[in-house]
Amino acid sequence: MAKRVEASNVTAYYGGFKAIENINLTVEPKTVTALIGPSGCGKSTFLRSINRMHEVLPGARVEGSLTIDDQDIYDRDVDVTAVRRMIGMVFQRPNPFPTMSIFENVVAGLKLNGVRKKSILDEAAEKALRSANLWDEVKDRLGKPGAGLSGGQQQRLCIARTIAVEPQVVLMDEPCSALDPISTLAIEDLMFQLKDKFTIIIVTHNMQQAARVSDRTAFFSIEKTGDPGRLIEYDNTQKIFSNPSVKKTEDYITGRFG
Amino acid sequence: MGETPHRSADAGTGGTRVTQSHEWPAGASARVAEAPVSARTPGGNGLGGGGALPRNRKFGAERAFHGLTLAAGAMVLVIIVAIAAFLIAKAIPALRANTANFWTFEGWFPNDNPPTFGIGALAFGTVLSAALALLMAVPVAMGIALYLSHYAPRRLGNSLGFLIDLLAAVPSVVFGLWGRDYLIGPVTDLSGWLNKYFSWIPIFGGEGPYGNSILLGSLVLAIMVLPIITSLTREVFLQTPTANEEAAIALGATRWEMLRTAVLPYGRPGIIAAVMLGLGRALGETIALALTLGSTYAISFNVLESGGNTIAANIANRFAEANDTGRGALIASGLVLFAITLVVNIIARAIIYRRREFTESAA
Repeated sequence: MAKRVEASNVTAYYGGFKAIENINLTVEPKTVTALIGPSGCGKSTFLRSINRMHEVLPGARVEGSLTIDDQDIYDRDVDVTAVRRMIGMVFQRPNPFPTMSIFENVVAGLKLNGVRKKSILDEAAEKALRSANLWDEVKDRLGKPGAGLSGGQQQRLCIARTIAVEPQVVLMDEPCSALDPISTLAIEDLMFQLKDKFTIIIVTHNMQQAARVSDRTAFFSIEKTGDPGRLIEYDNTQKIFSNPSVKKTEDYITGRFG
Repeated sequence: MGETPHRSADAGTGGTRVTQSHEWPAGASARVAEAPVSARTPGGNGLGGGGALPRNRKFGAERAFHGLTLAAGAMVLVIIVAIAAFLIAKAIPALRANTANFWTFEGWFPNDNPPTFGIGALAFGTVLSAALALLMAVPVAMGIALYLSHYAPRRLGNSLGFLIDLLAAVPSVVFGLWGRDYLIGPVTDLSGWLNKYFSWIPIFGGEGPYGNSILLGSLVLAIMVLPIITSLTREVFLQTPTANEEAAIALGATRWEMLRTAVLPYGRPGIIAAVMLGLGRALGETIALALTLGSTYAISFNVLESGGNTIAANIANRFAEANDTGRGALIASGLVLFAITLVVNIIARAIIYRRREFTESAA
């Protein structure tokens, strides 16, 4: 249920603009990896290229190779929707489907995969909501609109929706940046639990969060505006935050730049 | 507002709502006298205030604007009531004189003595032609709108969208003439073909002649309402939040599945509104149907045979020859049309209202 993600020489463009260049990075199964760095350094772009969401934007493309357990996800013959089912994504702002109930939101991915049987859907919904630590709060109002929940609950609903299809890898793009500290804590706790089953990659601007939740941390940066983002350092989180090998990393985590 | 310079000289103006002029002669100067003089001297505490707070004004731009908008709102009610009153007042004498059953009689002889006329066939034709038109137009319009909003390259989408809007600007009499003089040929052929192979379906039965039929009328209507529905639904589809579209794509949805999970449900109230606007136009359309329908007064589901009539088309065709009772009868038919559109609108509102819990949180 969890797979290794391997990026080699990944370069991504928005039209003519090169957003990231030659990213090489391996993420081990059942770990949490944090991507940190100043705004515009391409960490979100890199994250979105892992499940081929980057190319959804017009003119955007990715070069290099990205493999999930040695399967090249950018292979010409690979079904892109299968890639995205295997690699789930949680977005910066909670984005439950506004027209759907809590239940329908959770099972939206399963329904897309053709699961129709009510008993299977019920079971999967409960399982996903329990995993997302949301079940007790919503079990009595599964038919109510998902958008009626609080921000933190909505984000956990989105996590439930993502893990309901049992992906191999879960990508999180600043999942707590729109949430209050208590909801943030709830989601961080959740990440600890989810790591037993999934490979998690999270983009965050909050360095304490990176230090708290991740096993490995990748630091991205840019020389100056307009330059492509590069991977500066990638190591165990403890090492990055206590004794980074690159000066630039140290400057960033101590708050001297960025 | 032009009085901003005055505000800087007046330390007393504290709140953001107080933007009125201080030059109002009567009320304003009276209150100015009540305020401590020191608080209003130039070079006081500036815009943020500091002195005594000025009182609410009885007369000012705020109130005047409030009154204006209220009047504009009330105007709507007045107009509707006036129209209803006019229709009812003119219709009652004719309805009294009518010796046939107004609801069931199939015919229109209000100028005879005694006058006989019935609304049944007209109302039936109105609803049937409008419903058929929507049945043909809505799927096509949604297809075009989805293509323009989510499949076509942006520039192509925009220019095609502009063309669609242009189609909406074609006057209905042009559509009517085109239907009567050109479209009738192909429709007659199609009717013959449908009758030959599908006459076992009652709506395609009959012996002919074909041509000026409900089929032709509703086809012309469909083409007329197509651009309205297309451009409104396209607008609605474009407003789907990107976050929701991405959520669906990230779950592994194909483009069509994304449209089904995110775009179409989100646009539902908008789609209903667009269809209802189209239906409103189809129900009220006059000249295009007056030119294309066969103007008979019979309730028949047969859509191929020449015939059919609608309330609006009948008014256009019969108004010139009508005497007093005849005009009253036509106005009574107008009243029925008014009621039909009202009911249609109420149903549309009810459908949108029923899902409000979901659509409001979507906003």
